[in-house]
Amino acid sequence: MRLTQGTFSYLPDLTDAQISKQIEYALGKGWALGVEYTDDPHPRNTYWEMWGLPMFDLHDAAGVMQEVTACRAAHPQKYVRINAFDATHGWETVRLSFIVHRPADEPGFKLERTEDRGRTIRYTLHAYATDRPPGRRYG
Amino acid sequence: MGDAAPATPPEGRRIDLRTLYADSEIGPLLAELDNDLVGLEPVKRRIREIAAFLLVTRAREQLGFSSGAPTLHMAFTGNPGTGKTTVALRMAGILHRLGFIRKGHLVSVTRDDLVGQYIGHTAPKTKEILKRAMGGVLFIDEAYYLHRPENEKDYGQEAIEILLQVMENQRDDLTVILAGYQDRMNQFFESNPGFRSRIAHHVQFPDFADAELLSIVEKLAHQAEYRLSEDARQALREYIVQRRQQPNFANARSIRNAFDRSRLRQAMRLVEIAAEISADDLVTIEAADIRGSSVFAAAAPKSLP
Repeated sequence: MRLTQGTFSYLPDLTDAQISKQIEYALGKGWALGVEYTDDPHPRNTYWEMWGLPMFDLHDAAGVMQEVTACRAAHPQKYVRINAFDATHGWETVRLSFIVHRPADEPGFKLERTEDRGRTIRYTLHAYATDRPPGRRYG
Repeated sequence: MGDAAPATPPEGRRIDLRTLYADSEIGPLLAELDNDLVGLEPVKRRIREIAAFLLVTRAREQLGFSSGAPTLHMAFTGNPGTGKTTVALRMAGILHRLGFIRKGHLVSVTRDDLVGQYIGHTAPKTKEILKRAMGGVLFIDEAYYLHRPENEKDYGQEAIEILLQVMENQRDDLTVILAGYQDRMNQFFESNPGFRSRIAHHVQFPDFADAELLSIVEKLAHQAEYRLSEDARQALREYIVQRRQQPNFANARSIRNAFDRSRLRQAMRLVEIAAEISADDLVTIEAADIRGSSVFAAAAPKSLP
């Protein structure tokens, strides 16, 4: 099951040229770009591992693409995403976030039903990948 | 530039370079350069060559010939005060307007910005700077400090290796300009042959002639809205000849400092008059303001800033 998180996630995977253009857009807005990776695809897993520090003071997408390429090479079987952080007063938040790399095989999620008091059913998501310890998920 | 010959070169087609020239910003750009920078003929010639090359590249593209990005890394060498830094600062704008670099910003660094203080500190530091310079020009002032031959374990070598790798592999993304004094840069290139071969343009900045220095002062004065009286001009001519004899002569920089000091002397002179002065007095630099310099004080071989 294809993971859909962040911007553009219902589109086909972006090509490097398209990613570059999105980065250019973010840089043009003055946002700081950061690269992050994870092997825990749960939608509530907000804080991914940082690949280096967020990049301030960049002018061109080539610098960010360099980090994306390096991160993909180091973690070919993990999710990699780009965050664009807007430091403007009043915003101070991530304005754009999209996945730029995903594992070859994504097993998806299991729906878990828990019976609660009064026969209430509570639902939760469980990623098959997280059955295995971190670092050994996704093969 | 490309190594693969085009399948069917359109031999018969013709292209008008003049139209291309008019479409580009090259004409005004070169005129502006000639106007703003005094002397520096070798530099201007090289910029003209690069501009011409761009034009031909565009023409080739239009006719379907392959064209790769040329290597634009440069080394500026010359004596102190010959305009290396000034030209480098403008180079980013020039290359951008000619379309060789995407963004046209300049990141100016020295050894401290590239080389770390402890082991493992250098590579991230250098890469960080390189990332910031992507799409523009990386200007390394006094580049010879990167290499410290007296210390084999110096981290400078690590920075040099990373630089070389990026200069080779990401020529499209980044242009590197090294600047430094002639003799020390030569030593630097001798101990790092990789650098010499990866830099396509070695531009030598000549010393300014006396007349050029004079017109630099006039330009400076004009920009600052001052005027030199005829006597002051003559005094300045003598000053330049004298100053050149003294140690630590730094071409335009020395002359700019001299001009700044003469402004101070002019201000002092006006204050001492302590009477009504005209607008003319305020903008005119007289011979006395120049001749007050210690350079004219008989045989005082003290070093000047």
